[in-house]
Amino acid sequence: MKALISVFIVLATTVGFAQQAPNRSKPPALGPAPQLTLPPIQKRTLSNGVGVWIVEAHKVPLVQVNLLVQAGSGDDPAGKFGVASLTAAMLDEGAGSRSALQIADDVEFLGADLGTSSSFDASAVRLNVPAARLAAALPIMADVALRPTFPQAELDRLRQERLTTLLQARDDAAQVAPLAFGRVVFGGTHRYGTSAMGTQATLKAFTTADLRSFHSAMYQPSAATLVVVGDIRTDAVLPLLEKQFGGWKAAAGTPRTQVTLAPQLTQTQVSIVDMPGSEQSQVRIGWVGVPRSTPDYFALQVLNTILGGSFTSRLNQNLREKNQYTYGASSRFDMRLSAGPFFAGAGIQTDKTADALREFFNELNAIGKPVSAEELTKAKNYIALGFPSEFETIQDLASHIEEMIVYKLPDDYFARYVANIQAVTADAVQKAAATYIQPGKFAVVVAGDRKAIETGVRGLNLGTVRVLTVDEAIGS
Amino acid sequence: MSRRFAVPVLMLLAVPLGAQSPAPAAPPAIQVPFRQFQLPNGLNVILHQDKTVPVVAVNVWYHVGSANEKPGRTGFAHLFEHLMFEGSKNVPEGQFDILLEAAGANNNGSTNNDRTNYVIDLPSNALELALFLESDRMAYLLDAMPPEQVNSQRDVVKNERRQSYENRPYGMASLELDKMLWPATHPYSWPVIGHMEDLTAATQGDVQEFFKKYYTPNNASLVIAGDIDLDRTQGLVQKWFSEIPRGPAVEPVAPPAAMLTAVKRQTLTDQVSLPRLYLGWLTPRLFAPGDATLDLVSSVLSDGKNSRLYKRLVYDDQIAQDVSAFQSSGALGSTFLIVATARRGHTAEELQKAIDEEIDKLRRAPPDAREVQRALNQVEASFYRAMERVGGFGGKADQLNSYYFAGGGPDFFAEDLARYTSLTPADVQAAIIKWLPRDRRIELVVLPEDKK
Repeated sequence: MKALISVFIVLATTVGFAQQAPNRSKPPALGPAPQLTLPPIQKRTLSNGVGVWIVEAHKVPLVQVNLLVQAGSGDDPAGKFGVASLTAAMLDEGAGSRSALQIADDVEFLGADLGTSSSFDASAVRLNVPAARLAAALPIMADVALRPTFPQAELDRLRQERLTTLLQARDDAAQVAPLAFGRVVFGGTHRYGTSAMGTQATLKAFTTADLRSFHSAMYQPSAATLVVVGDIRTDAVLPLLEKQFGGWKAAAGTPRTQVTLAPQLTQTQVSIVDMPGSEQSQVRIGWVGVPRSTPDYFALQVLNTILGGSFTSRLNQNLREKNQYTYGASSRFDMRLSAGPFFAGAGIQTDKTADALREFFNELNAIGKPVSAEELTKAKNYIALGFPSEFETIQDLASHIEEMIVYKLPDDYFARYVANIQAVTADAVQKAAATYIQPGKFAVVVAGDRKAIETGVRGLNLGTVRVLTVDEAIGS
Repeated sequence: MSRRFAVPVLMLLAVPLGAQSPAPAAPPAIQVPFRQFQLPNGLNVILHQDKTVPVVAVNVWYHVGSANEKPGRTGFAHLFEHLMFEGSKNVPEGQFDILLEAAGANNNGSTNNDRTNYVIDLPSNALELALFLESDRMAYLLDAMPPEQVNSQRDVVKNERRQSYENRPYGMASLELDKMLWPATHPYSWPVIGHMEDLTAATQGDVQEFFKKYYTPNNASLVIAGDIDLDRTQGLVQKWFSEIPRGPAVEPVAPPAAMLTAVKRQTLTDQVSLPRLYLGWLTPRLFAPGDATLDLVSSVLSDGKNSRLYKRLVYDDQIAQDVSAFQSSGALGSTFLIVATARRGHTAEELQKAIDEEIDKLRRAPPDAREVQRALNQVEASFYRAMERVGGFGGKADQLNSYYFAGGGPDFFAEDLARYTSLTPADVQAAIIKWLPRDRRIELVVLPEDKK
């Protein structure tokens, strides 16, 4: 066997000439920012109307093929929370004439990686494969996406696996806190108030018929797009895709469920989730944020970078670098088709829990005041100048294209991204902060050792305080 | 232990790269051309050009890790890593991160038993800023290191430890494993994150001593990979790093012999719902004969639904929630671990019995040719995937430094590949017999605490 890799070496001799000491009195000036030139997206259509978005990228002999389906956990019917997630997970547990074990063996033998998963907004089957083996892998992918068999034995196995995952989540404050926070902010009936996986009750009740009906209703050619990125040629890959996916016929589909906009919180409520013996308290603070379609998207990116979206952000500087209460503090807007949560959070050493909460609120209040020009420029540059690094791998490219499709972004979205960030003004940031960061109405969830933290937390007088067991906080 | 994220980094050195298969079509060659030179002060420099996106990775390895620590100062190499971000003579405190973020850069560092690495990923126009910052902290860190700096990062690291170990389910078990596997005098026996009391004890004097001894150009290697001009970059490296004086030669760590001679068994309790079993062995160090074979053994045991242990414990018997097997390779020695978590109603003893039965099967008969080929094909593809990214932990820049550090030179890709391509099912069987004996290993069980 000959080696795959040839390495070229130019071993320069040691350079011995004397060097002038460099001028360290100020940092070197940066040259003009480089322009990112993205390879073009070629849009095609299969004979059944399935859109195909193709980017040729030839650096590494790999191909990424994602079949994106516009249906996700947001489409879970009431009483069936978790069905989208379980349907996606079951796709490769039996498909066409292949068993779960055969699928795994075939895929791995090709050196491929085949993943099936869903988010709140979409589901996908994603294949990463050496280019030479693409043609061999696509029929397996098509079986998995289009012809899953949902065997009863595999459902029973995955059901137990997921019930065990829910059980294990209760051991970990870093999982309990976000689950409890989602429930406090969105409630038990709104889809965003329960984990994508569902609950013990829904998991126990799912039948193969539930999965079949979700798949046949939602996995439709009209809701699907193929995203292909990598070491292929468009004219060569299209016939392969047509052969595997072109015969996929539309059935009587079901329109997407619009996730309703959750009612906003109106007053601060503190929930202490008791986890005795914890050495840290996991804290989440926030409320209902914004949908991905928000007109304030770019201002919010800049705002959150300043507040808690970067290492030098105010929250991390205060809680980690200045006060050492935590290994790291951050904040984010989780944007989905409907408004997801905004939250700030950290793992705080138990005896500093109340002090840390005070600092969280200090920063959440202070962000409403005008930001300095220097801070604004730093945040905008961090986002804009770092943008090219998000397009390095074929998976990076494919996931950005998925984002364009799911959120219906304009064709020039990425071309205009940097300019849109740079156009954000201090006024826009302040206005966004006033609208979307109102600490007086935030929910506070603290998963930690109640007997060590309750007195201090109550002493802050943030709002009503209730103490919950893990069961009460995230459902039994 | 990394500065930003609680990711276990011990395995970075053990990323298995490359293996050849009877592919349907001959895979095209991947080229990793590089230029290597050394400054008079001993700094090793490797440049690699990749113009896919206008991004540059600046990657520095200091050849010091927790194995170099002295008794009573465990965790110091990692604590020191944190101090490297807090400013140097010409970079006021806080400015390291501010300057980089304002340039659109991300940066991080991580420490393991053997080395400490620093990564800066930035737009190509900002390369010289990274070189200024890296060279300033290599040359002048101590000019900006007041005692309170040590105190502040000491407390951050203690919170890193709480978040990653004390407050994480099964976190304390991972600290216990190394203590059980290695003799007390072996530097791998203590945790990279360090003992709390040792973190408390670290002094300003320790910082001075450690910097002068280990943070020298002759004990470091700099890789710059990405959208660069090779000649201009070489000139910039000479400009910024040449003034740093060479330090004393660093003595290699001389560890005591390590060998398990019997079964060591221990039980811990933790605030968890399910029992977990760990089986562990001492195995050949990184790149020594047997190291790659044990990577392959781990794939045969636990990669994918058809792997021996996953299929038996998780898929067929459904007595485990998860099972994993892995070779963690280090410069002074490696460990092979099998970890399995019981399903509700099942015990660690049941897991151990099933695992031992499956390993016994492989002692009696080698795996099928297809099982081995499947694993090798996966390894081959993972090699391609590792070629996509220049920066971050495990990107091409980091990998070039990893090979250089291991002593094979940065062009070790082909040799590394050959370690796998030559392996056969019989090699897998032989490695299991030789390195994973049932009567010389550690067995650690974590049981749920009684609920109060």
